[in-house]
Amino acid sequence: MDWAYLFEISLTGIAGGGLYALAALAFVMVYKATRVVNIAIGEMLMAGAYLFFTFASMLALPIWLAIPAAVLGSGLLGAVIERTMIRPLLGEPPISVFMVTVGLASVLVGLVEMIWTADQKRLPDFMPTQAIMVGDAFLAPKVFWGAVIAVVFIAAVLLVFRFWRGGVALRATASDQAAAYSMGINVPRVFSLAWVVSAMLAALSGIIVGSIGGISSTMGVFGLSVLVVVIVGGLDSVLGALVGGLCIGLVEALAGAYLGGEYKLLATFIVLVVILMIRPYGLFGTHEIERL
Amino acid sequence: MRIGTLKESYIADAALFDSRTQKVWLAVAAALLVLFPFIASDYWLYLACLVCINVASATGLNILTGYTGLVSLGQAAFMGLGAYTVAIMQLRLGTPFLLNILAGGFVAMLGGLIVGIPSLRVKGLYLAIATIAASFITHFIFANTSFTGGTGGLTVPPASVFGVLLDTSFRLYWVIVPVTVLMLLGAANLFRTRVGRAFIAIRDRDISAEVLGIPLLRYKLLSFGLSSFYAGVAGGLWAYFFRVVTPESFPLLMSIFFLAAIIVGGMGTILGGILGAVFMTMVPELLKLVFDLLPNSTELTVFLSPVRTIIFGLLIIGFLVFEPHGLAEMWRRIRRFFHLWPFRN
Amino acid sequence: MENKPAGSPTAAPLLQVDGVTLAFGGVKALNGVSFDVAPGSITAVIGPNGAGKTSLFNTISGFYRPGQGSIQYKGQDITRLPAPKRARMGLGRSFQNIALFRGMTVLDNIKLGRHAHLQTNVLDALFYVGRARREEAELRADIEERIIDFLEIDHIRHAPVSALSYGLQKRVEMARALAMQPEILMLDEPVAGMNREETEDMARFILDVRAEWGVTVLMVEHDMGMVMDLSDHVVVLNFGQVIAQGDPAAVQADPEVIRAYLGSGDVGDLRRKLHAATGAV
Repeated sequence: MDWAYLFEISLTGIAGGGLYALAALAFVMVYKATRVVNIAIGEMLMAGAYLFFTFASMLALPIWLAIPAAVLGSGLLGAVIERTMIRPLLGEPPISVFMVTVGLASVLVGLVEMIWTADQKRLPDFMPTQAIMVGDAFLAPKVFWGAVIAVVFIAAVLLVFRFWRGGVALRATASDQAAAYSMGINVPRVFSLAWVVSAMLAALSGIIVGSIGGISSTMGVFGLSVLVVVIVGGLDSVLGALVGGLCIGLVEALAGAYLGGEYKLLATFIVLVVILMIRPYGLFGTHEIERL
Repeated sequence: MRIGTLKESYIADAALFDSRTQKVWLAVAAALLVLFPFIASDYWLYLACLVCINVASATGLNILTGYTGLVSLGQAAFMGLGAYTVAIMQLRLGTPFLLNILAGGFVAMLGGLIVGIPSLRVKGLYLAIATIAASFITHFIFANTSFTGGTGGLTVPPASVFGVLLDTSFRLYWVIVPVTVLMLLGAANLFRTRVGRAFIAIRDRDISAEVLGIPLLRYKLLSFGLSSFYAGVAGGLWAYFFRVVTPESFPLLMSIFFLAAIIVGGMGTILGGILGAVFMTMVPELLKLVFDLLPNSTELTVFLSPVRTIIFGLLIIGFLVFEPHGLAEMWRRIRRFFHLWPFRN
Repeated sequence: MENKPAGSPTAAPLLQVDGVTLAFGGVKALNGVSFDVAPGSITAVIGPNGAGKTSLFNTISGFYRPGQGSIQYKGQDITRLPAPKRARMGLGRSFQNIALFRGMTVLDNIKLGRHAHLQTNVLDALFYVGRARREEAELRADIEERIIDFLEIDHIRHAPVSALSYGLQKRVEMARALAMQPEILMLDEPVAGMNREETEDMARFILDVRAEWGVTVLMVEHDMGMVMDLSDHVVVLNFGQVIAQGDPAAVQADPEVIRAYLGSGDVGDLRRKLHAATGAV
């Protein structure tokens, strides 16, 4: 048993898990605030990565300008999505909004293929390139710095949620819109905010993921693993997104290293099946008490 | 104008086609269906067969998503299971057409049960994610096992029915249409019985349904199994029609195609499944036509695929936002208008 | 309303709730609830809002599983029995906030009530010959003759339920509960939101159901007039506990019950409480 190798792989897995956690956070943000399951989270991640590509490579903007531009652009996209296709379906059964996000995923993939073609592209490097060594274990610099950025933003979001009254407002609108309205909370504005922030977090995640593995119109498949992460962690749990992200990152890295790259997704889905059988609401999700 | 229709028995009231006018239209439609292959060109015969296959699959998805309220993105994966089953049986065993098709249905249904059992115990959303997973896993299996011909896929010899080789659209038409009609009738019958009512109850208010006597998991699995069976049969017909199955024949986009079909057509109505499948089958054809007519058509063909993807998504979003009950509802409005004409509604 | 024949007091109880406790997290919705329902009787469960009445119904229906205690029905322990099986045993139910299925017509909603007693399976259903056709025809005839006429809803049988008024929806709920061929009919606030006339109609239906169908009725109700006039036995819940039970007159006079609804009966005591709360003189 090559422990050093195991350690190295695990390290990479956990660092990669940080990225999953960031994207999962984007998902949980929208679900916590609006109870909407956004199956297009992977595609929104892709949109952010492509925006960055446009700003940084095609328009040759400096990196310190391109990243905020891409993130803000994604935020704008999130606002547009919320206004045009989510808000009109308020009050409809949740299955309808869910299907709208399926349509959204399709539209985003098509747009990317049309504007930028389906070819794989590389993003310009902007992270330090020196190899990171933890003892004897090698950690790819991009993976490491990506994880660092992810952790910083996750911590920021957690703090904001906890202490800013906007975070409370977010949770209020999720549990009872009518009550939130009567408390003076501007519910539509909260919804928009949730989607904007979610899109920005997804874009950030996309930029990092794209930097590591390149971008393509099939990047959305990353979203699948993110969906498994939120199911494992609990759809409405920020802590769950973190823990779930690390778990899935670890599982995928181990599967990829010991079984082969094609088995990564398979391993993830086995985890999905196991979780559905033993703890369907996820590790930290709230089991809603239904009333008859 | 159609005034009250009189029924003299409860059985008559429950019939699928009740009024005289409906029966007449039915006879006309049947006559047209019989006449069609003799007057249509090869291209339209090809389209007709494709439409029927899509109608069959869309109806299956409608049972699951439109009537039972469970979203699935695995319709293509289950069609693939049916198609590969038919391909393997026809190619390696030479077994009869009907047996292969039924086997295709059953294999797909089995796949459905495997996916459904873990994911249907909780909220419906989990089924959707599990079906996406199923799409990837079936693709993985199709592409990586030599039993299924690997990435190259399999060529399917033509079906043979009563000694006649089904190798043209004309001949396949006479088999595909009756199978599709039977599947449509089956689905319509379902909703005259307690099974169909249970499905609708699950969609509308599942927690009350259980207290009223409907075992939830059992019926959700039943709905999913049935819709997978329909997909498997449609996939089998697909295999006999296109005569080639590859791992790329049943991508996730095809599942989105079928979801769009039932949304556009009208979820929860049999007519919706038909209208939606017809509409969606025509969309790529129309798109090709439009592209051919544009200047610089040769350079623009590379955009055909992405534009198609975008349009599928826009149709889903557009209909859900503006016309959630689909074309079937539009059709009903037109009919109501004519029922009351010359009086205004 | 005329005198009602009391349920037979010496026969074995149809339903026995024994020491049922139900907790959600730290909150005890039901705490050691015990009472019996005699066959052929009309039993009312009353109590202030939040007392646990609907939770009690949901536990008897099988939607919640009690942490402690048991429920016996027709001599059988059904505490762990899944809800659909209880429906098959004759436990009929209507809901507090109308749980009709909006995608179906009135007739289909009622037919759905009979689900647990039918035998049609999926193959029968797909081909619709033989058993499916026969069962549907029999069901339709039975519903028309016994339920639709009885509840006077023949004019709306093909209407989509979403188009009906509140009062009619409640009647359709009742019809569906009757279609379940219940031996015990659990009605959760059957006259909530109804005017005087509708309430009297519903009361008449309930009495007729008991008289013509031999159905035992267990109901949650707030309308005291109806409770006092119809019931043989009244169970009073407050904060998840039974604080009184017995015949209507006795319960009405019980000081515990009065305190639960009105606070203490002592005016001086009330005044003192008010001053303490508001600081007024």
